[in-house]
Amino acid sequence: MTLSIRHLKRLTIGPLDLEVAAGDIVALTGPSGVGKSLLLRAIADLDTNQGTLSLNGEARESMSGPAWRKQVMYVPAYSGWWADLVEPHFEGAQRGIVIDTLHRLGLESTALGWEVANLSTGERQRLSFARAVVHRPKILMLDEPTSGLDVDNAQKMEKLIEQYAQGDMGDGMGIVFVTHDAGQAARLGTRHIRLQDGQLTEVSAP
Amino acid sequence: MSSVYIQLSYFDLALASTLLLLAGGLSIGLKLGLEKMLGIAALRTVVQLSLIGLVLKLLFQTTSPWWTALAAIFMMGFAGREAMARQTLKLRGGWSLGIATLSLMLAGTVVTTLALTTAIRPEPWYDARFSIPLLGMVLGNTLNGVAVGMDRLSATLKREKIAIEARLALGHPRRDAVRPYVREAMRAGVMHIINAMSAAGLISIPGMMTGQILAGVDPTQAVKYQILIMFLIAGSTSLGALTAILALSNRLSDDRDRLRLDRFR
Repeated sequence: MTLSIRHLKRLTIGPLDLEVAAGDIVALTGPSGVGKSLLLRAIADLDTNQGTLSLNGEARESMSGPAWRKQVMYVPAYSGWWADLVEPHFEGAQRGIVIDTLHRLGLESTALGWEVANLSTGERQRLSFARAVVHRPKILMLDEPTSGLDVDNAQKMEKLIEQYAQGDMGDGMGIVFVTHDAGQAARLGTRHIRLQDGQLTEVSAP
Repeated sequence: MSSVYIQLSYFDLALASTLLLLAGGLSIGLKLGLEKMLGIAALRTVVQLSLIGLVLKLLFQTTSPWWTALAAIFMMGFAGREAMARQTLKLRGGWSLGIATLSLMLAGTVVTTLALTTAIRPEPWYDARFSIPLLGMVLGNTLNGVAVGMDRLSATLKREKIAIEARLALGHPRRDAVRPYVREAMRAGVMHIINAMSAAGLISIPGMMTGQILAGVDPTQAVKYQILIMFLIAGSTSLGALTAILALSNRLSDDRDRLRLDRFR
């Protein structure tokens, strides 16, 4: 299972190439404002962009936008919520998987009944991660996944990211995460790429 | 229709205008700064209505379907421009004007034609004496629904961008992601006509009915006309607002199910 990106272009970024395979945990770094989030949004096809993208040889254009995004899923740094309670945000996912995921993130199943308006930054971050992974995407793109978490919860999240990549819960995922923390990039990433001046450079190979 | 109405002279109108002078005097006295706007608006009322009076008189005399159609197109064009002018957020490339005008044309034409050919049935059915005032009433109200509905949808989609894109990122189709905001815009668009229907007769005597009664029409007949008009307006407002809102939500997203707020100016 491989995500292949060829000549991806959008305003100020590219053309650039990238390949992400199942089991990869790619740390994406670069100066603020260089377009790391814009790059992930372009891969998820949330903004207009050009390029040849495919997942396991299946071209992005051969499937609808939603079908692509269910497999190549983007979790933004600032989460959006469209219902008053937490539970509707997990619609369509198996309840057992949802509760198991919440536990692994240090949350009780009662969190599903919480009001979104009362969530802390850290709770929002963990719940928005949970509502994505419960759908088991093939590629998961995380924008600063631990920026709002305390050390303990950040460790739980990192461990979980490794488990998803290695396939401890179903098939292994390819993961790309944005971080400003060089320590985290080295600790969690199996690969490290850097975005600068609209171009990607591989900092270290596995 | 009986013609026992009391003719108004220009002196009567001048007398009524003293009320405006009073309002202007208050504005100056209280330093509200409204006197200039009030004066211009009053002048526009006189000039625009006098002109339309002349045009209508000519139109009724000619009885040509072409002149009637031309007048109708002219009215719909103006309504579209007005609806667009009321938008806080406008689309690039004339799309706001296009969507507003086409929705108004569709709703105005369908509803007015339906009323003329089924309920009122003048001879010929397009008789300007019936078709033009009817279209005017329908358009004036539909314009409100279209303008409010479009404005509300634009504002909400912009405000809820993060929530909408959160859903799109999870693979929800655009239709699901914008549905609550389409519904909200639709409610906002038709609320004024629902309020008007609820208040009719109890709180307000509608303008058209007042006019007919002053012109000597039997009140029960005037009521029937007013009910007909209310239903036409309700139908037309709903149809126009729905068309405009769906077209706008379509334009603010694309076939890859992306939110396209970059299409605002």
